[in-house]
Amino acid sequence: MMKISELLSKIDLNLENKSADIEHIINGVYASDLLSDVMGFAKHGELWVTLQTHKNVAAIAGLKDLSGVIIVGNNKPDKEMLEKCTEDGIPVFTTNLSTYQVCGELYVILNQ
Amino acid sequence: MEYTKKIIGGNFSEAGEASSAIKKVLKQLGVDSQVIRRTVVAIYEAEVNVVAHAYEGLLSVLIEDDKIKIVIEDEGHGIEDIEKAMEAGYSTASEKVREMGFGAGMGLPNIKANTDKMTINSVVGKGTVIELINYF
Repeated sequence: MMKISELLSKIDLNLENKSADIEHIINGVYASDLLSDVMGFAKHGELWVTLQTHKNVAAIAGLKDLSGVIIVGNNKPDKEMLEKCTEDGIPVFTTNLSTYQVCGELYVILNQ
Repeated sequence: MEYTKKIIGGNFSEAGEASSAIKKVLKQLGVDSQVIRRTVVAIYEAEVNVVAHAYEGLLSVLIEDDKIKIVIEDEGHGIEDIEKAMEAGYSTASEKVREMGFGAGMGLPNIKANTDKMTINSVVGKGTVIELINYF
């Protein structure tokens, strides 16, 4: 079982909200840009990989007890999203990697 | 315990407020976490449905010893073919709504999958009423 904090040295991610809780255990990864897909099928503790950047991402991550959100492709979270995630203690990461690259790297890291 | 919230059509940034508030209450009451997760998924999807498809709506929640009852009543277009709307993948959402990642045709199926009882009544041109029950 790996904590979010342990990921940071293994993959190129920028933490956008320093006060978030990065000691969550990662239970897996869910990659999707369809919000209802995540709502229906992501499991608690999973890291969510997406290119969506608006406030509803924060709502879903909070309601589903996800361990964090990774925004791919050099996109940035909008202000409302970042504020809500920070309020709920959910770490938000940005990266210039694509969904494919992030998921490939996470697959290797989490299955070592 | 009772909770009501007015939902305004088109106001996506407010979607999730009711479900977050109910999640807090259910946690305080010590309800099983699996039941909480299912319930908040259903409430969130119902909130989004009103925001995405209706002019406005009222969400009412009643929490009793053994169950939570949720009623979402909206004024809007209504649903022409409820059976079709319940099919995964069927959606009438606008392009703008889809770009945000909504409108995948999974909202109503998600609600059904996460509730013990679901009834839906709709009048085209008037609105839709959805009643949900989850047992603790």
